[in-house]
Amino acid sequence: MKKIKCALIGSGNIGTDLIYKIQRSTILEPVWMVGIDPESEGLARARGMGLKTTSAGVDGLLPHVLADGIQIAFDATSAYVHAENSRKLNELGVLMIDLTPAAIGPLCVPTVNLREQADKGEMNVNMISCAGQATIPIVYAVSRIQGVEYAEIIASLSSVSIGPGTRANLDEFTYTTSNAIKVVGGARKGKALAIINPAEPPMLMRNTIYCLTDETPDQAKITESILKMITEVQKYVPGYRLVNGPIFDGNKVSVFMEVAGLGDYLPRYAGNLDIMTAAATRTAEMFAEQILAGKLTLTPKLTPNLTATEIA
Amino acid sequence: MSQDQSLQGRKIIIHDMCLRDGMHAKREQMSIAQMVSVATALDDAGVPLIQVTHGAGLGGNSLQHGFALHSNEEYLQAVVPKMKQAKVSVLLIPGLGTMKELQSAYDCGARSVHVATHCTEADTSPQHIAFARKLGMDTSGFLMMAHLNTPDKLAQQGKLMESYGAQTIYITDSAGYMLPADVKSRVAALRAVLKPETEIGFHGHHNLGMGVANSIAAIEEGASRIDASVAGLGAGAGNTPLEVFVAVCERMGIETGCDLFKLMDMAEDIVVPLMEHMVRVDRASLTLGYAGVYSTFLLHAKRASERFGIPTRDILVELGRQKMIGGQEDMIVDTAMTMAKERGLLQDVTA
Repeated sequence: MKKIKCALIGSGNIGTDLIYKIQRSTILEPVWMVGIDPESEGLARARGMGLKTTSAGVDGLLPHVLADGIQIAFDATSAYVHAENSRKLNELGVLMIDLTPAAIGPLCVPTVNLREQADKGEMNVNMISCAGQATIPIVYAVSRIQGVEYAEIIASLSSVSIGPGTRANLDEFTYTTSNAIKVVGGARKGKALAIINPAEPPMLMRNTIYCLTDETPDQAKITESILKMITEVQKYVPGYRLVNGPIFDGNKVSVFMEVAGLGDYLPRYAGNLDIMTAAATRTAEMFAEQILAGKLTLTPKLTPNLTATEIA
Repeated sequence: MSQDQSLQGRKIIIHDMCLRDGMHAKREQMSIAQMVSVATALDDAGVPLIQVTHGAGLGGNSLQHGFALHSNEEYLQAVVPKMKQAKVSVLLIPGLGTMKELQSAYDCGARSVHVATHCTEADTSPQHIAFARKLGMDTSGFLMMAHLNTPDKLAQQGKLMESYGAQTIYITDSAGYMLPADVKSRVAALRAVLKPETEIGFHGHHNLGMGVANSIAAIEEGASRIDASVAGLGAGAGNTPLEVFVAVCERMGIETGCDLFKLMDMAEDIVVPLMEHMVRVDRASLTLGYAGVYSTFLLHAKRASERFGIPTRDILVELGRQKMIGGQEDMIVDTAMTMAKERGLLQDVTA
């Protein structure tokens, strides 16, 4: 079967784990990995797994995009360089899946709104945050049954699974996830809390979701909707599991979840990273299905190349 | 030279916690009038720093931590203009509070901040500490659950916060677990690596009855800022009881600048009458100190106990075993439910 060729930008933990996820796909094929450090362990591993690599950043990939037929790129670098990476690749007709907090494209949770983005032929979709991927499906599972005035999520993450970028920019994580609870989850107000726990051995990612419904919650319907949603997410994150709940106190619905990773490149406790790479892969597959079915043709998207003075 | 003589004339800065940590003990239900009455009495008694926010600090209003009667801004706007000498401070825990909320607190008159992280996660605070300094605030790095890190590693965490701009580094005994020797070794380790002008603070909880002794131990090793609360109003068995601590300081010749009798009077006449439960060492709060559990978990665990029929002490001990840290209040109900299922008191929805 024909596969859609992919490039991975960023040779860190996320990029490396993505190789495994994409290799497993029946319709995606990882072809290039882009880094900035020739000595990087991620690039060496990618070469060992049969990928072409460059340590010259995205510019090192651009001359090969057309020749190698790259149609989808995953950006696991940082919010600061994402916009430029995306612009350069979109110009060559490459669809960008953004795993950084840059969020210049629409926010996407596969089980909630991916179909919509694929149908619209978006050229850049953003994966929000690990907490967003783990909790927004549940918020949506409640809000599709009845109005949610307020949703709040608490993500507990093991210390070893949180890299320096997220640590130094926790506010961005908070803002992006809070916004997505509204925009994608369907709550009228959203709040996200992150806790980093250093326990050894590392704890699995835990997520608690609280929703305040407008009217008295329909317990049976909400429970059914949540259980159904969990089954959907489990299709791409098998370790996504309900631990306790839903429980109901007045208009408050509480759900207690756990995410274990697949243990590809990242250990099982890093469910937070795994759910990002799994969601990104699922997203790419949905677009790839459309492309292969002839329903979607990626076209170069030209955006003005701003010079430094124009930005200033 | 005896110890009394060695501390004679030492000046320390007392920071009252009644209106922040004490909010936990009041389930965040403190009225503006109560806040103003406590704050003005503290100001009148010469307490130089008074913390005023939701118990979990800026951004604390949530289902996770409870909604206070008023916003942080409303409390600050009521208290700040009434202060004759005291500065008002706030708490900010990155991951919960944000820089937007710090700006807003500053705009309401807050001039000092505790930027708090778990004792191993100082590198989640650089944005917030730098921003507080940019605003010109008196900025402390506040290392919570400090008993869970070794003195040397804790000192490295303090050094990180100092590098972001923190002017004081706090050793925070959130579980009220430490003994004086634990405090001394941590203060000494920090003193050895921090710049001479960086101050060291100690924030105690009285779960093992050690609040005052631990604070004195901290001062002996060079700490110059002590958090305490009048009548101990705070989470768990409360904070270091401020009026008791000031009395001990007077006996030892440590200068606090506070009026002991005024503090004794306000403890008796203002703070104790507004308590919802007697803040003291009891079976549950003693368990916190004994098992090393975050003091704020106390009332949450009592509620989960009532709902799911698992004794509070069992829940707290289990939370300690699972190494849950401050901010994981959701895991209290979760843990109680899991225990209730194991004991056949609750059925799984998927069963």
